[in-house]
Amino acid sequence: MSITVDGINKRFGKFQALNNVSLDIPEGKLTALLGPSGSGKTTLLRIIAGLESADSGQISFSGQDVTGLHVRERNIGFVFQHYALFRHMTVAQNIAFGLDSLPRKQRPSKTDIQKRVSELLEMIQLPHLAQRYPAQLSGGQKQRVALARSIATQPKILLLDEPFGALDAKVRKDLRRWLRNLHDEFHFTSIFVTHDQEEALELSDQVVVMSQGRVEQVNEPIELYARPESRFVFDFLGQVNVISGQVRQGSLSQGNAWVTLPGVQHKGDAQIYLRPHEVRLATAPVAHANLPLRIEAVSLIGSEVRVELRPEGWHSEGSNNIWEVGISHAEFNSQRPTRGDLRYAVPEVGHLFTGNDAQPATVNWAEAELAPRVRLIS
Amino acid sequence: MARTRARSSHSLHSLQHRRVGDSPAIKWLLIGIAIAVTAGLLIMPLVVIFTEALSAGWSTFADNLLDQYTLHAIGLTLFVAALTVPLNLVFGVALAWLVTRFRFPGRKLLITLIDIPFAVSPVVAGLLYLLLYGRNGWIGSWLADYDIQLMFSWPGIVMVTVFVTCPFVARELIPLMQQQGSEEEEAGVVLGASGWRIFRTITLPNIKWALIYGVVLTNARAVGEFGAVSVVAGNIRGQTNTLPLHVELLYQDYNVVGAFTSASLLAGIAVFTLAAKGFVEWRQARTLIRLQAQEIAS
Amino acid sequence: MSTANQASAVKSQRWPLTKSRSKRVLPGFGLSLGISLFFISLVLLLPLTGLVIEVSAMSLSEFWFVITDPRVVASYKVTALAALAASLFNGAFGLLLAWVLVRYEFPGKRLIDAVVDLPFALPTAVAGITLATLFAANGWYGQFLTKLGIDVAFTPVGIVVAMAFTSLPFVVRTVQPVLEELAPEDEEAAVSLGASDAHVFRRVIFPALWPALVTGVALSFTRSLGEFGAVIFIAGNMPYISEVTSLMIFIRLQEYDYAAASAIASVILLASLVLLFAITVWQARYLKRLEGR
Repeated sequence: MSITVDGINKRFGKFQALNNVSLDIPEGKLTALLGPSGSGKTTLLRIIAGLESADSGQISFSGQDVTGLHVRERNIGFVFQHYALFRHMTVAQNIAFGLDSLPRKQRPSKTDIQKRVSELLEMIQLPHLAQRYPAQLSGGQKQRVALARSIATQPKILLLDEPFGALDAKVRKDLRRWLRNLHDEFHFTSIFVTHDQEEALELSDQVVVMSQGRVEQVNEPIELYARPESRFVFDFLGQVNVISGQVRQGSLSQGNAWVTLPGVQHKGDAQIYLRPHEVRLATAPVAHANLPLRIEAVSLIGSEVRVELRPEGWHSEGSNNIWEVGISHAEFNSQRPTRGDLRYAVPEVGHLFTGNDAQPATVNWAEAELAPRVRLIS
Repeated sequence: MARTRARSSHSLHSLQHRRVGDSPAIKWLLIGIAIAVTAGLLIMPLVVIFTEALSAGWSTFADNLLDQYTLHAIGLTLFVAALTVPLNLVFGVALAWLVTRFRFPGRKLLITLIDIPFAVSPVVAGLLYLLLYGRNGWIGSWLADYDIQLMFSWPGIVMVTVFVTCPFVARELIPLMQQQGSEEEEAGVVLGASGWRIFRTITLPNIKWALIYGVVLTNARAVGEFGAVSVVAGNIRGQTNTLPLHVELLYQDYNVVGAFTSASLLAGIAVFTLAAKGFVEWRQARTLIRLQAQEIAS
Repeated sequence: MSTANQASAVKSQRWPLTKSRSKRVLPGFGLSLGISLFFISLVLLLPLTGLVIEVSAMSLSEFWFVITDPRVVASYKVTALAALAASLFNGAFGLLLAWVLVRYEFPGKRLIDAVVDLPFALPTAVAGITLATLFAANGWYGQFLTKLGIDVAFTPVGIVVAMAFTSLPFVVRTVQPVLEELAPEDEEAAVSLGASDAHVFRRVIFPALWPALVTGVALSFTRSLGEFGAVIFIAGNMPYISEVTSLMIFIRLQEYDYAAASAIASVILLASLVLLFAITVWQARYLKRLEGR
């Protein structure tokens, strides 16, 4: 069942939570609504569910207008951030609740319901906890029960509101994987809300980035990461290294730093945004850039080594005056960078924002030698 | 304004810190004063009631209890309570559901209105009903045309008792239901449950103990109401005397032992009410401690 | 599997039909609103009309004459002063009691905590005759107090005692939750900066308790203004000296002077409602400040 969101507006008092939001959620896909608090993502999810009503606009499921339909009639599964398990019912009773609530004519027999509950318990790997109460479960177990409860009535649409927000990092990772498997097995149309960009990029087929009640960008995770279309999305999706300055005669400079911009005609203010993996570190400046930085910290955790550097002789307000570059362990072992060392950033790919342009232009220095022209986003 | 509180996690936490006023000198001085004044002002009266009631011996006590006017007063009092409590229960639940689960203009006003019986003197409360339903009131005179008399008879007593005790159930439920939030009920709606099913299976178990205490408290106050009932009852021995009025009558007749005998019944109900409250709080504390232990363990 | 097919097949049949009229997610708005409004109008608001009609039937001069009658005015003074004294006592002792119950552990604590609610659960008439018996000249307390020259029964002091008894729980139960929620860290921070216990209490703890304390005292005062059953047995009810206003109303009623009773009642009703409103506004404001709501 696909979902169409058309022109949704929602205001709480003076606060405009959603501003003319339109979206297409394809059938059978896992979509993430990603954004900081106040971006309107939870409000949008609740409006799709029917737990809130929009001031104007339309929601359709597979072409059928459900805007006026009560949440009870929409046949969706909803997982709350804090689980909302029925504290005075056992796990089994919680999971069976949706089926028990069906009108008598449509309600399966008691044994059928029990069978279904057992199946679901097996699926969430908690059959031994059937008679426990929610207070006796851990956070991860509660969330799995909440999920089982929401899919017991076999909805076509599954909506999750920051499902892993209240859990530890390790539990979160396990549950993420588990949710993806569940989705792939049952082919729900799923939407989940999160402020964790790592989660959104890792789990979903499609990411909707929201900010201040508007949709900033909708893309597959890979595209989103590689080609952010605005400063906000750039900033939001992880660490960004910024150099801002004046462009004159084909190069951008600020203080004692400069970068050439092959083929750029623009003159005036501009900023270049660089991802940690789009920059190399060298011990001397190169032909197309002079970006001196002093190492502040080196973190060895993870599959990469993260080096934090402070600009020397110039300033980077856009990224809080800290640059982050990722180097491989091999490189670390051979060069042994330490705090206080001077390095020079060598940009390989960058994203140029000129003036108030929302969309950046990609600058590719690696290919500049061969084809000295700027490649724009199509 | 008694409300069942679960001891917050802070009180467990605070036992680990050295805090202001922990020095033994101050601590035991304060405790001493507290115990002394409480014993003198609150506990001693209970002692007096039972002592005086039994001061002429057990057989006199029994005779007083079984006196026909006393029995009638007991019967009338129980009857009034039996009508008042269910009415206020329905109202309390409805109001609590309304103000804690929905937002609408005037919601805060409703919450304030429910406090009126607390602020109004019981004599004024009785007067209000007398003016309206008495023979000269605009409703009372209309009813009199049909030979219906509400005042100076049991209907009037029931009405003022309902007035005086209507806040109690709501005031027990409202803070609890606000604190619990409506997420569980929302989850129930999403899963397709009807209104009654949600209330019966989700809300009611969650508010069970507060509801029980609300009923117990309403009952105690209904049974004990004096000022308002004095005004509307007419004080006719054997016909319209509730137990508290009976106590007054006996006392003013200088039948102190008799008065305290009836009073001891009422005091017994009061003590039962206190015990019920203690029990409810104990259960809530037990649940809270279990939840905290779970959180630490998980 | 049959259960699943049953459930989903039927569910998909259920829409797109019913366009729900109500915009509310949770059920029962109409019913609960209906019951609540009906009940409140019938029980709380309608009776006010009787008083309004009765009072408006009086001329302004009649009204004024009744409510400024010297005996009635004396009762205002007696009632208000006694209520004030009782509330201040309750403020002090109630705070102490709440403090002791929240902060300390000691034998008998549970009993004390339970007994605090006794005045709330005990019928006022029972409290009345009990206090009168205790403080009468030959009563257990009265005996000692008369030796010390203090007369309690049949004096305004007795009224204060009765009012203090019946409204003590208001202060304790209003302050207790606030005390429980006090974060130990706040005090520790102050102590670590070198402050003495008394100083920390004055500057850190008491300001946090102050709003709740004021609310509790105000509630105690409001309640005491109208107290009847507990007061009339111990007061002596001597005109101009120990008559409370609610008794004045009662006396007028017994004389079948409904008009006068209504006039006096309207005065204290107005006072009660104003106080109730003030307390509500005060509570709302300090809640907003503390919790940013």
